[in-house]
Amino acid sequence: MARFLIKRIFSATLTLFAVSVLTFLMFFALPRDPVTGMCPKNCNPERLERVREELGLRDPLISQYAGYMKGIVTGRDLGSAQGGRCDAPCLGWSYVTNEAVSDTIGRVLPVTLSIVIPAAVLWLLLGVGLGMISALRRGTWLDRLAIGFSLTGASLQLYFVGAVLLLVFVYNLRLLPVPSYTPLFENPLKWASGLVLAWVSLAFLFSAIYARLSRAQMLETLSEDFVRTARAKGLAKPKVYGRHALRAAITPVVTIAGLDVGGALGGTVITETTFGIQGLGRTAVDAVRSGDLPTIMATVLIAAVFVVLANVLVDLLYAAIDPRVRLR
Amino acid sequence: MSLSPVEGVALAEIESSGDPAAPERAGVVGRSPGQLAWIRLRRDRTAMVSGAMLIFFLLLALAAPLVEMAYGIGPRQQFQHLLDGFGMPLGYAGGVTGEHWFGLEPGLGRDIFIRLIYGLRTSLFIAFAAALITATIGIVLGTLAGYLGGWLDAVINWITDLTLAMPFLVIALALTPTLVLRFYGEREQVSSAFGVGVLIGVFAIFGWTSTARLVRGQVIALREREFVEAARASGAGLGHMLFRQLLPNIWAPILVSFSLAVPQFITSEAALSFIGVGLSDETPSFGRMIYDSLDYLQTDPAYVFFPGITIFALVFAFNLFGDALRDALDPKSSR
Repeated sequence: MARFLIKRIFSATLTLFAVSVLTFLMFFALPRDPVTGMCPKNCNPERLERVREELGLRDPLISQYAGYMKGIVTGRDLGSAQGGRCDAPCLGWSYVTNEAVSDTIGRVLPVTLSIVIPAAVLWLLLGVGLGMISALRRGTWLDRLAIGFSLTGASLQLYFVGAVLLLVFVYNLRLLPVPSYTPLFENPLKWASGLVLAWVSLAFLFSAIYARLSRAQMLETLSEDFVRTARAKGLAKPKVYGRHALRAAITPVVTIAGLDVGGALGGTVITETTFGIQGLGRTAVDAVRSGDLPTIMATVLIAAVFVVLANVLVDLLYAAIDPRVRLR
Repeated sequence: MSLSPVEGVALAEIESSGDPAAPERAGVVGRSPGQLAWIRLRRDRTAMVSGAMLIFFLLLALAAPLVEMAYGIGPRQQFQHLLDGFGMPLGYAGGVTGEHWFGLEPGLGRDIFIRLIYGLRTSLFIAFAAALITATIGIVLGTLAGYLGGWLDAVINWITDLTLAMPFLVIALALTPTLVLRFYGEREQVSSAFGVGVLIGVFAIFGWTSTARLVRGQVIALREREFVEAARASGAGLGHMLFRQLLPNIWAPILVSFSLAVPQFITSEAALSFIGVGLSDETPSFGRMIYDSLDYLQTDPAYVFFPGITIFALVFAFNLFGDALRDALDPKSSR
């Protein structure tokens, strides 16, 4: 187990390293001059030169990369124009927003977390619940309803669902305020009412896949011998289905959930754009539009960290759910 | 948005279809697995309805210029005289009339129906091209990784992980303008063929992972079977092993994943246009239309609904058909 974990963490680190190199190359080595985006207004050649100097763009790529990486691990000193000392997870200085990138991230990350975590809980409960119910009530109207629901959800577009929800609940019925983010600890009620549309639309679209997958898995598990044995020895239905069968059926669901949640934490670009909430995804999009290199770099890296972490976590969960994995 | 729905299917496939081409007793008449699947598909009402819908959509897309001739209005024609002083279409439901079936775009006053027909053409072309390319890449990498194993398997797996770890939308958003700038000047008009090509390229880079994983899993399951061993023992070369022995046995899940990948790419194209990369306004596409329409959500909801409903119907038909195809190809699948 320990060996497996070490191997896994090693390959995860390697992946992150490769992502950082690739992103770095993509934006520094491609033809567009990285400086143009960092000097938004009244750009004269001298100012451009100064920005180049401050960013160390004259240095060879490798030392630029090394400097960036060193900044993340130990922090580094940036020029006085870039806010001077930049502490440990130093992601550089943005000339577009005129603040340290880590400050921007620190502001928008909670927003994305507030969107994704409740939505993920909702879509997992809804998806796996629907899948279970339709597997147990196979062939009934309930089953057909659940299948129809999941097929509809799988075919809908988030921006379309979002637009309809906005139109109905915000503009026409005026039941909800225009979506916005309020910190949870400031006002939990406002936090929820500002984000509930995002949760609901994400949950509706995502739960579809889980419903289908867990239904198929559940049906397969229910036909296995151990389920019949458990029933035959007199174990109550809820215990058999809820504990024994569900546990065996859930592994592929965990895999997909890991991928989805990891991906979503890296920024729910479409959701944030649809509802006009400034999270990680929208920050990344804005950064790309304005050519704000340090911010792009940081958002891509953070997104990759979430995906890789989620993958490692899924492997660990596998071991927890399925004892056979532990023995390997 | 990740490409995960295909991933889900991939896993379901690996788990559930141990042997897609299992021989079946069919009375006196001998039938190939393909024929059996076709018979099952014919019997499935959902499959027939969704299949008919798909053929209808495909024909509409292929015959777009003919539709234009019959309809009498071009995708770039403007009808400013049918808009009011604020650029809003006159009449009900966004200016729906006998002449303009789906109404007019606010602002420019172009006909929505004919733009949707051309948008269908663009979206379907991009989706099919991307699905073909990603399927090819996925099949090649997946079979190689699964069959040869060892360090090659490790490397391909790692590249898959790496590709999955990159945030698709952000990279695509950043990559597209840089690529365009590489070939076109700052102010030059980018040709629509080039824009389409860039989109397909971006999809090709990011979309192959699910097919590769699916194929790899299937090949690993087949690798130890007797017939593969027998072929290897008789001295079959690598090409023969991959294309004559392994591939014919896994075409069923590949076909299913292909049919479910196409709607995935349709939505991805729309999503990219939605965040502002993708195609220019010159080329009609679904995503572009929805993106433009969202500004008019309160003033002209019909403009949001027509493209939204059309894309839903298209993707829904593809998903239904993909599901039915899976059931037909895999007799053991539970539905």
